[in-house]
Parts: sequence; C-alpha cells; structure tokens
Amino acid sequence: MNAPDNIAISVKDLTVGYGDNVILQNVNFQVRRGEVFVILGASGSGKSTLLKAMIGLYPPLSGEVWIEGGNLVAAQEKERLALLRKFGVMYQSGALFGSLTVLENVRLPLDEFSNLPDPLKEVAALARLKLVGLGAAADKMPGELSGGMQKRAAIARAMALDPRILFLDEPSAGLDPITSAGIDLLITSLHHFGFTFVIVSHELPSIYSIADRVVMLGSGAKGIIAAGKPAELRDGATDPWVRRFFNRQPDPGHSLEPS
Amino acid sequence: MVVMVRDMGPLMTAILLAGRSGSSFAAEIGTMKVNEELNALKTFGLDPIPFLVVPRILAGVFVTPLLTFYSILMGVIGGVIVMLGLGFTLPLILHQLASSVHLNDLGAGISKSAVFGVIVSAVGCWHGLRTQQGPSAVGLSTTRAVVTSLLLIIVADAVFSAISFLLK
Repeated sequence: MNAPDNIAISVKDLTVGYGDNVILQNVNFQVRRGEVFVILGASGSGKSTLLKAMIGLYPPLSGEVWIEGGNLVAAQEKERLALLRKFGVMYQSGALFGSLTVLENVRLPLDEFSNLPDPLKEVAALARLKLVGLGAAADKMPGELSGGMQKRAAIARAMALDPRILFLDEPSAGLDPITSAGIDLLITSLHHFGFTFVIVSHELPSIYSIADRVVMLGSGAKGIIAAGKPAELRDGATDPWVRRFFNRQPDPGHSLEPS
Repeated sequence: MVVMVRDMGPLMTAILLAGRSGSSFAAEIGTMKVNEELNALKTFGLDPIPFLVVPRILAGVFVTPLLTFYSILMGVIGGVIVMLGLGFTLPLILHQLASSVHLNDLGAGISKSAVFGVIVSAVGCWHGLRTQQGPSAVGLSTTRAVVTSLLLIIVADAVFSAISFLLK
C-alpha cells in the first residue's frame, strides 16, 4: 500500500474478536506521523484489544494494520520482525522483567537485536533511562520502583531499539495526579523529539493535556463512535454519551436511591 | 537396595522436584504472563518458548539425574546405617550391596530420572504459559502443574517398569 508520507499507522476494516464473539467490527482510522493519538472509551469497549491487535498480539478476524508502510497482519516472519522493530510498547503494568535490573531491562532488546559492542549497549540503555529521568535508578530492581517510575522505565525499554512509534497502554492508570502529570510531561517532551504516540487511556485530564486527536470506542457499538480533537468532542459532540464522557456526567437513568 | 537405586531414588526425587521446581516454573511463567511480560517479549520479536521454556527443560534434563544420584547415595547410606544398627557388619553389608546392585540398575534409575526431569519442567512451563487472567490464576496453574506432573511421573514410572520387565 502506498500510504501518504505523513501516515505512520493505518488501520483498515479491522475486525477483532475471540471466536464468535466480535469485539470490534470494521474499524478504520489513520495515525499521522508525529502526533499523539489517543484511543479512549468506556471500560470493556475494546481499547486494549484494539491496541493489542495493532501491535500484532491478537490476530484480527479480518482487516489490515499498516505500520510505516508494512502490513503487520499479513507479514511473514522476517518482514514481521522488521515491522516489530519500528515500534515500542509500554504495557499497563509496565511489564518489566522482575529478575533483571532496570538497566538490564532496557538493555535486553539491545542484547538480542543490536550489533553494538557491549559497552555501547550499556551507554545506549543508560541514555534512554536518563531521557525518562531514571538514570539514578539504573541498578535498582523493578520491585524497588514506584508505579510511576516503573512506567517510565517501561517507556525507556520501549525506546531501546530507537523506534519512531510508541504504543502506551494506560500510562496514567493507577497513578496519583502529580505522578500522572509527570508522565504527561514525559510524553509531551518525547513528542517534541518526533515520536508518534498511540495511547490507550480514559484519564480525561491526561487526554486534554497530551492528545492531538482521539478516537472513542463505544461499548455497544463495536467500533468508533467519535473522532477528533478532545476539546471539540467535549464541546460539540452530537452523541450524548460522548458529551457525558467528556464532561464526566453519569448516565441519565443512574440513581443512588434503592430500587 | 535395588529398589532404592532403580525406583525409589528417581521417584522420590521427581516428586520433590515437582513440588519444588515444577510449581516454581508454573508460578514464575504464570506471573510473567499475568504481568504482560510474555507480551513484552513477543512485541520485541522474542519467542517465549526458546527464551523461557527451553532453558528450564534443559535444566530439568541435566540436574534431575544429579539430584537423583545424590538421593540414591543418601538412601543407600541411610540403609547401611540402619543395617549397622541392626547388628550387621560393614563388610557384610557392602558385600551384599555389591552382589545385589549392578551398574545397569543405577543406569536405569538415572536415565529414568532424566525423563522425569523433562516431565516436571515441561509440565510446569506449560501450565505457566496457559495461565489465565485474575488473582487466583497463578495459584491454579501451580496446583495443576504439581498434580499433572505427579500423575505423569507415576504413568512414566509404570511404563519404565513394564519395559524393564519385558526386556528381562
């Protein structure tokens, strides 16, 4: 596919599910190079499933995911490995390897896939850690880090092989507002280095602070129910559920009185 | 003594190993799965099988025979001590041991233990990789790993006994 130069990711007619249970149907969107793109929606709407289909963890029932001009769904082993090199992933839990130090975690992809001499791998891994403000924690074990530090270390590891696209699954979930704002600041500063971000989140303050564009998944709709800039959706969405989501309002039928 | 060398040593070692290491493999890999560490490996393009499973199976193949040899040695020494306590002399015990236990008995016990090692480590890893989501998932995988290992060890031991009987 000849994607325009400014398109980093293109999702085409993507249908994802488990057996007969279709979770998302015919999803289409594009992520522009260098933008912070947020996938949001209610719990259970399929945000993380969509992210995992986009990074090749869940084979879709149908459709295509194009990353930097290569179709990840149809790619054979060698091309698939090359495509995996083009992005990094930060998982919701951080997913740092508990038996390795923070530095060893960041070094692992370099050890496996880089031809750099060992001392340079060490320098490269430490540089990533310094970029996320964790230079001093290099020799600590993941269990010794706070939740926010673990997420920053996971972002450093995602950047280990120098990808231009970063997928972040709920980077602010479970963090206090100050730590969460620190993660937002980190994303904004990395964005200035030219990274493209695809972020799954439903933390509204973070979304307003970092997102260039969002797509919203509806829990019953099995697809995208709104797309655009977050402030535009908050103020001008036609779908009442989307408006309620952006304004943190409960469903109209929601009552605290006993039935 | 022959029973200790051919059967009891390998079997007891395998049962202890299933409880200690098989469960540990299932818990380690299961926790990695729940924490999405396996997904992290996959998105780096690393296959968890050669990365996590193969080293553990190799460890099972090489270490279980060593542990079994140690277990047999301790069993025989224990037997000798009991016999001494019953009033038998050391030369008589050693003579009896040499005449009843042959090198092929030891070979049979040790080779059997290598198979038990494969069973314990492979089953532990397999249940770890099959761990579902949720707070009780790792505990469930660990229990299943031990139960499956014990069952397969007993079945494998029965197969070895049948083969050994047929070859006599």
